[in-house]
This record gives sequence, structure tokens and C-alpha cells, in this order.
Amino acid sequence: MSLLQIAWRNFCHRSLSSILTTISLGLGVGLVVLVLAVYGVISDAFTRTASVGYNLVVGPKGSPLQLTLNSVFYLSQPIENLPYDYYMEFFSQPERAEMVKRFGGNPELGERPGIFAPYVTGGYVIPLALGDYFGEFRVVGTTPDFFEKLRYGPNVDQPFSFSAGRALQGFSAEHSYFEAVVGSRVAGEMNVGVGDVIHPTHGAPTGHDHELGFTIVGVMNPTGTPNDRAAFVNLEGFYLMDGHAKPIENDEADATATANSETETEDPAADIDAESEVEATDYKLISIPQREVTSILVRNGNMMFGPGMQVAINEGIRAQAVAPIGEINKLMDAIVGPLLTALLLITLITCFVAAVGILVAIYNSMNDRRRDIAVMRALGARRETVTTIIVIESFLVAIIGAALGWVLAHGAIALYSERIEQQTGVRVGFFSTSNYELLILPLILTLSLIAALLPAFSAYRTDVASNLQK
Amino acid sequence: MTEILAITNLVKTFSQPGGGALTVLNIPSLKVAVGEQVALIGKSGGGKTTLLHLIAGLLVPDEGSIRIAKTEITRLSEQGRDRFRAGSIGYVFQTFNLMPAFTALENVKLGMTFGSGRRDSSRAGDLLERVGLADRAHYRPAQLSVGQQQRVAIARALAGSPKILLADEPTANVDPVSAENVLELIRNTCREEQVAMLMVTHDMEIASRFDRVEELDTINLALTGSHPD
Repeated sequence: MSLLQIAWRNFCHRSLSSILTTISLGLGVGLVVLVLAVYGVISDAFTRTASVGYNLVVGPKGSPLQLTLNSVFYLSQPIENLPYDYYMEFFSQPERAEMVKRFGGNPELGERPGIFAPYVTGGYVIPLALGDYFGEFRVVGTTPDFFEKLRYGPNVDQPFSFSAGRALQGFSAEHSYFEAVVGSRVAGEMNVGVGDVIHPTHGAPTGHDHELGFTIVGVMNPTGTPNDRAAFVNLEGFYLMDGHAKPIENDEADATATANSETETEDPAADIDAESEVEATDYKLISIPQREVTSILVRNGNMMFGPGMQVAINEGIRAQAVAPIGEINKLMDAIVGPLLTALLLITLITCFVAAVGILVAIYNSMNDRRRDIAVMRALGARRETVTTIIVIESFLVAIIGAALGWVLAHGAIALYSERIEQQTGVRVGFFSTSNYELLILPLILTLSLIAALLPAFSAYRTDVASNLQK
Repeated sequence: MTEILAITNLVKTFSQPGGGALTVLNIPSLKVAVGEQVALIGKSGGGKTTLLHLIAGLLVPDEGSIRIAKTEITRLSEQGRDRFRAGSIGYVFQTFNLMPAFTALENVKLGMTFGSGRRDSSRAGDLLERVGLADRAHYRPAQLSVGQQQRVAIARALAGSPKILLADEPTANVDPVSAENVLELIRNTCREEQVAMLMVTHDMEIASRFDRVEELDTINLALTGSHPD
């Protein structure tokens, strides 16, 4: 018989005690594995969120974290808004001239290139306007570029796709400026789909409903990013909702009116058919001075320009530029990381308590088995041999407990995998493991070895002659 | 006649709770020949079990020599004695001392687990067959009768192919019929295996069937109060 067989027989002989100890260790290991899995999922989700294609978020001066939270995660309240002419600083002179012509505003704005335009050449700039809600979900006013240019996924190469419908358009004959696209969670939780009309509430989930509604033209597939829980509306439609145009001074309004009258025939819908033009003119686009953006997502054409542009923006008095990955990592390090570390620590303590359970279980059984140890010694077993048997028995509890805990935790993960994917976009399965999990078995074996030391020492010291006669 | 066991001037003392030392054994000479079956009789508390423990190397004498098959075991380290015991000594206990977690077959196999020699896996089954328990090989001790348990213990003691079998009142805890069976079994098996036997008993009738009877009360000077010249 091998020592393993002898240890296994002892394990089975004290089945109730062995099973209870193993289960207790298994639950401890299961908790550790679950926490590690949660840590992995959160890290993955954060990384995914940070990997959205743009490298900078530009917004009003204030907290960089708050800017990141509301622009990337659609959480927290927007700091303030930036005037539209600041947004125009990211565009070339012809593009700015086109904007002035299209929306109306100070003609001088169209006569020079934007001061940050050279940094962006070859990249893109996407405006966000926040403030409204659809139920509990943020309404994000943006342009079609959001869907055309942004990418997501680990390699930032996946375009947004739609489980139904399509991306919103700058203007459509059917819905004018009032098209919306909803994220997968919004569609699921608000039970809306293509063709439904949503009425954002102003300022807060409990705010008043805007009269103007947006027709949902697309439902996004899950992305595992905060975009799953946002409703995107056409930025022009967003501006047209009551209370969204920035109030302007009289002389500024006159100037705007003049500019608008000069460009009235140059409506953006001019390049589509005449019928659409009639519909488009039903809603007069607001002028540049009335426009604001909450934040601007920027991807530099050459990533080397990113830090330079960030410094240039931050040196100004109006805005700040933050790198979302940096802020997300700070958030991870400052809040989520320590929280998960604390959780991990607690679960490790659970494992330690379970290891103490092994010690107690085996040590308590020592009184019963002293005679067995003496018999084995009488049959020629060395002190080291009976000590090894005790250690192997402890290892058996550890290995079976660790396996049980791993299976329980991964079973739970597999059970909730669909929900996890829906909520975070992170795909996990029964065999999804983190590298940290590889450390669990050595850790548990070490703990069990420590737990076995006392009973093993007791076995080592067992007096053969006196115990044979009991 | 070749001796398998030769004890010379063996002294064993134990310290007493109140201080001082109590000499339990003081045996000038005891010899057992190869294949010989010797009964050792003596009153309770006379040091019979202590003598067996000393021969088995479970205890270390204070003085004297214990030579088994030309090996002076008192000069061996503890590990050396363990190794020697596993390969050369079989032990049958009064209370059988079977491992409750193991089947009869596994208990027998345990007898050859700790030795350093080759392990013949079929020997355990053969021994069980020889003690008439082939059909109980997979029974746990709790599922066997007292007599059957002692037969398993005998098979286990012989599993390691010992040179000498030490038996500590193996019939004391079994009924008379079983005792008779156990006694015959142990004697016959030892004879077949050519294993010498030193059996402790206080039953004169049993002792009389052995090749030789040694009275501990006579050979142990610690009991007689005599001193060797």
C-alpha cells in the first residue's frame, strides 16, 4: 500500500469530519476564485471601456475624473458645457466655414483654422451633449461619427453593430433630426425597439419630458462598454429640444439672425431631396452661439500629438483634456483596486480559517489514531513515514477542497456568464481562469502544510509502546 | 543449533513518578533457535510485554544485548530499528490492533508496506487464504468476528516474511474454541514459514504445546531479586 492510499483510507474513515472540513475549505477557495474572477471581469470591463478608440476627452475645467466619469461612463453630473466655438477649434478652416454657413454665427469663426486642428489631422473629433435621461439611462446627443468612427473591443477594432436597425443619421427624410439609437441594456430594460419613440426627460430621470420625441432607428449589440446603457440622439435634435439652446444676448442674437438669413438657403439638408428639405426647414437649426457641447472625444491623427495637444488645452483657461485610460487606471487604483484587494484579503482570511479547520479536525482525530500510528510504527513505519501520512491527509483535504471550490466558483460564473456578458460585455465561461488562480493551489497547499504541522508533530512524538497497550 | 534470538544481560528500568528508577527486566540470557517456538509465561505485570517491545526495537534497553539473526539491534539507530523491524519481526498483539479504516486485505498489505524489500502483492491474498479468510478479504475489522480479526492480525504479522514472530497473548481475548483455532493456526503457519516464535502467555496448557517454555519469573532477576554473579 502506498502512503497516499493509507492517507486516503484515513480521510474516508473519518468521512463526516473530512467532508465538512473539505467543504469549509472549498467554500473559502470558491470565494477567493469568485473574487479573482470578479476582479478579472472588472479589470477587463475597465480596459474595454478605456479602449474606445479616442485618446483624449476634452471638457470644461474641473475634475478630470468627473469629466471621465460623465463622458466615458455616462455617470456623475457633467461639470459644465463648452461653447461650440471651442469645439470648432479642432477643425480646419474649410470645415469651420462650413459650420458657420450651416448654423449661423460670427463669420470670422470661419476665416481661420482651429487652433487644435493640426493635432487632429487624420483623426476625429466627436461632440457629446449630456444632461437628459431616458428612464435611468443617459441620453447622449452626438453626431453619426460616433457610430462610424469609434471602435471598441480589446484591440479597438470592432465597429458598433446593431441587433436591429441602423446608426442614426445627421438628417433623414423619415425622422428629420430626431433619430435615436439605444444601447442593448437600454433596449432590454426599457423594453423599447426600433420604431418606438422616446421622450427624454430634462436634467434628471425625474425631470419633465421633452415634447420632442426621438424615433429609435437602431438597437446596438452588447459591447461591454457604458454605451450599452445609453440612448444616443442626434445632436441637432438634442439642441432643438426646449431648454437646450443657450440663451444669448440681443446683439449676439441679431448677429446670428443676420448670419442665418445669409445662409438660410444653405440648409444641411440641401444635398438631399427637395421633399426632405421642406421637412428639415420645419426645424430651424440653432446658431453657433446658442450651441454648447458637454465634452469632446478626440483621437489624434498621430498619437504622438496627443500629449502636446493635452498640454496646449490644459494651459488654456477654458478647457481641460484628460486621457481616459489614465483616469480609469487612477480610478481603478484609487477605489476599485483597494476595494477588491480588501475583498480578496477577507476571502483569504476565510481560507486561513478553513486551514485552521483542517488543523482542528486532524488534531482532534489524533487522539483516536494514536493507536493506529503506534501499530504502523510497530509494523516498521518510521516516524517520518507516519508524519508524511498526516501531511498527505492534510494535502488531500486541501486539494479536494481547492478543486471543489474552483468547480463551485466556476460553476457559478458559468451560470451567470450570460448576465455578466450583458452587463459588462466580458465573456466568461466555466474554464475562464485568471493567472492569479494558479497561485491558489500552492497557497492552499502551503496553508494545509502549516495546518498539518502540529498534528504531524504529534504523530511524530507518539509513544509506540504505551499506545500499543491502550 | 543456530540462534535467531540471543539476549544477554538485558536490563530495562523505568523512572517512577515519585522519583527513582524501577528495574522491570534483568535477564542474563534468553535464546530462541531458528524455527523454534518458545512460550514465555509469567504473571501479569512481570515485564512480558516490555520484553517483546525490547526485542521488537520499540523500546531501548538500558544495558545488555539483543541479537536477532546476527544483528545487534541495540546498536541500531531508531530508523535502523524501524527498518529492521519491518523486514525481520512480526508482531501479533493481544488486542489485534487492526486498522479500522482498512479492509482485511489492506490490513495484511500494511504488514509489508514499510519494509524495504520487494513487495509481492499476491502474498497478502495468499496469507488471507491460509488463515481461511479469503472470502472476507474486503471486510472491515468491525465486520469480522473476534477470532477472524485475530487471524487477520496473524496474516499481517507474517506478511513481511519475518524471521521471528512475537505474539503477545494472542488468545487472551478470544473464546476458547477460537483460541484453539488461533493457536493452531499461528503455530502451523510459523512452522510452514519457518519462522521462529516467541509467544507470551499466562496459560500453562497453551505453553505446554510449545517446543520450549521459559518462565519469566525465573529468568528475570528483577523479579527474583537475585543478582547475576
